[in-house]
Amino acid sequence: MLDLHALDLARLQFAFTVSFHILFPAITIGLASFLLVLEALWLKTDNNVYRDLYHFWSKVFAVNFGMGVVSGLVMAYEFGTNWSGFSAFAGSVTGPLLTYEVLTAFFLEAGFLGVMLFGWHRVGRRLHLFATAMVACGTLMSTFWILASNSWMQTPQGFEVVDGRVVPLDWLAIIFNPSFPFRLAHMAIAAFVATSFFVGASGAWHLLRGNDTPAVRKMFSMALWMALIVAPVQAFVGDAHGLNTLKYQPAKIAAIEGHWENLDDKPSPLVLVGLPDMDAEKTRYAVEIPYLGSLILTHSLTQQIPALKSFPKEDRPNSTIIFWSFRVMAGLGILMILVGLAGLVLRRNGRVYTTRWFQRLVLCMGPSGLVAMLAGWITTEVGRQPWVVYGQMRTADAVAHHSVMQMSISLGLFVVIYFTVFGVGIRYMMALVRKGPQAELDQPASGGPGQQQTPSRPLSATFNSAPEQP
Amino acid sequence: MELQGIDLSVVWAVIIAFGVMMYVVMDGFVLGMGILSPLVRSEQERDVMMRTVAPVWDGNETWLVLCGAALYGAFPLAYSIILQALYLPLILMLCGLIFRGVAFEFRFIASPQKRHLWGAAFVAGSLLATFCQGLVIGTYVAGIHVCNGEFAGGPLDWLAPFPIFCGFGLIVAYALLGSTWLVIKSEGALEGLARQFCPPLAALLVAIVVVICIATPMLHPEIANRWFDHSHQVIFALLVLVALGALTGLMRGLRRRHTYAPFFCTLLLMLVGFVSLASTLWPAIVPPHVTLWDAASPPQSQRFILVGTLFILPLILLYTGWGYYVFRGKVSHEGYEQ
Repeated sequence: MLDLHALDLARLQFAFTVSFHILFPAITIGLASFLLVLEALWLKTDNNVYRDLYHFWSKVFAVNFGMGVVSGLVMAYEFGTNWSGFSAFAGSVTGPLLTYEVLTAFFLEAGFLGVMLFGWHRVGRRLHLFATAMVACGTLMSTFWILASNSWMQTPQGFEVVDGRVVPLDWLAIIFNPSFPFRLAHMAIAAFVATSFFVGASGAWHLLRGNDTPAVRKMFSMALWMALIVAPVQAFVGDAHGLNTLKYQPAKIAAIEGHWENLDDKPSPLVLVGLPDMDAEKTRYAVEIPYLGSLILTHSLTQQIPALKSFPKEDRPNSTIIFWSFRVMAGLGILMILVGLAGLVLRRNGRVYTTRWFQRLVLCMGPSGLVAMLAGWITTEVGRQPWVVYGQMRTADAVAHHSVMQMSISLGLFVVIYFTVFGVGIRYMMALVRKGPQAELDQPASGGPGQQQTPSRPLSATFNSAPEQP
Repeated sequence: MELQGIDLSVVWAVIIAFGVMMYVVMDGFVLGMGILSPLVRSEQERDVMMRTVAPVWDGNETWLVLCGAALYGAFPLAYSIILQALYLPLILMLCGLIFRGVAFEFRFIASPQKRHLWGAAFVAGSLLATFCQGLVIGTYVAGIHVCNGEFAGGPLDWLAPFPIFCGFGLIVAYALLGSTWLVIKSEGALEGLARQFCPPLAALLVAIVVVICIATPMLHPEIANRWFDHSHQVIFALLVLVALGALTGLMRGLRRRHTYAPFFCTLLLMLVGFVSLASTLWPAIVPPHVTLWDAASPPQSQRFILVGTLFILPLILLYTGWGYYVFRGKVSHEGYEQ
């Protein structure tokens, strides 16, 4: 038996439920904006390819959104059930931010999703576009608030602690805390990157199967343009975020780099690969490049980067994990930039629609955006340990006092339920993607008069067109 | 926590109470569909039952998120104590709601062979979520053991006769809400069946409420003192009168085949129950001893969210109402009639 304490189980449970959850909102954020662009282009150009793509992707969107709703409900309660020390301490800041997210984002999305999915014939074209815009706006609003809350926990400011509780002093300082702009940009772009590779891989799959229709070409092309733009921008934003972390959370940077100590005045090397060992206080099998650490992080050849040994042992984040999670994220990021560039090169003479190796590559890269995003979150969250509110409250003091038995029951339940329920949901989503965009000859079926229709949201928007399940 | 003569904690308690009431009523009849669906014979009728609530279920569930978030923001201490005390019932409720939410929708997508599985998940999820909500209310009323601002009870405090009885009671209450909702939204044989469900459910609910009224003052001397205090007896007498009125209205509405009266009389009945609960516990937010003011977040926090809430909540009510308006009318096998 593993010797797991209630604290480890609570962390495991939070990591599991939040990792599963974040996949759905990330695709929701990206697809909502994609759908808005598609509908706006359709209204502008009257080209029905955009309309067909809108109907196709809105079905995938509906399934994805439903799973985001139910997995998100769990998150809103987990702060209290599992982290009562934290919510009693910092609820005066994170609670109001969450409340604003519910008020400005969740209700907005729920309110306009119905019209977006089923109102095609019930409202005018412009009102329908407005509904899509409101849903897209809601997803970004949600990103804004939850990232404000998370960033405040990473770089807290604008408060004082009175009688062991946080008292907010300046809400603007709390929301616009030092890491917030970087984190918000990095996460919103991550959602766009993840979605563009998801959409691109769907296009590649259809092209490889010989389903070479104008709609498939269009979505493949749009996804590649998007990847070409957002992947390099993400690298730039990520670099800026890293410098911000260097300033506010130097221990995290030291752990990411697996860098243990600085010698005299020598510049710091970059450890390319290796295995940081927290007990031995060194990075085994390290392959180093001299000067590069200083060059990348301080943009100079003389300054040193922070070293783990300069922090007390109990304040060090786990370097073994985040050394590698960071490299997975950065490596995938570079790969995604290269795919975008390859697409640009192949675009000449339209070879991008016929080059099979490239399509296979894009297909394999389908989940890369999501994987990179999870790796990034692991880096930033494990990297801020042992703190839950950086420098203010340790994770060990935040946890609710439950027995190992209770924690094991709930963790087991979540693991079983998430894998079965969301496993089935993701399979439905993939089945919808396999079906591909359909050219509509006359009027689209959804919501049409005389149609047997399920006027529901969000998942059963897929009712009419869902393929048979095995 | 006074601000220009307004007590922010009281305002927030009222807003959260309003949110809980919205959730109980709106998700109450949705969960009621799940509870009633095994009592209906044909798959087609089950489809209709689900379609009556399909357009609104996720908006309704958002009220539960709002309650959690607002409690977290305005009374963080209460949030941390209550959620910790009710750990297992709440986790089970969330699991139930996951199954209810997706089953509901997957059922329409699934292949004919797998449909009944999602139908069963819908029923089980609804029953589990409802029963756990009853457990939560029962445990809450019975009181949570708190020491120095921290939960000091055991992990299984909710496993007691009173909470379990409340769990069954809530199933009956939601079933009644569901069947009166179905009277509004369905037609033909299903509507007839829904009407038949109402009188026995109402009778059962009355019996349950009587038992709860006898048991509640025995939970705490504080509650007994309050109930038998003269100033409160007037309020309780009024509440009993309103409840009797609502009950009469419900039965008369059913006899005269009114469409809307049974549902709104049941709503009134739920409201009476809710108000008597609130006046029994007031001003405790973690019964019996932690008050609103003990658990309140700093006025800076309460004020910050209040500004937004006062602007946004009316808007939310507006477009929620619009959603119900868009999908108004009876639901047949063919979907919504215009």
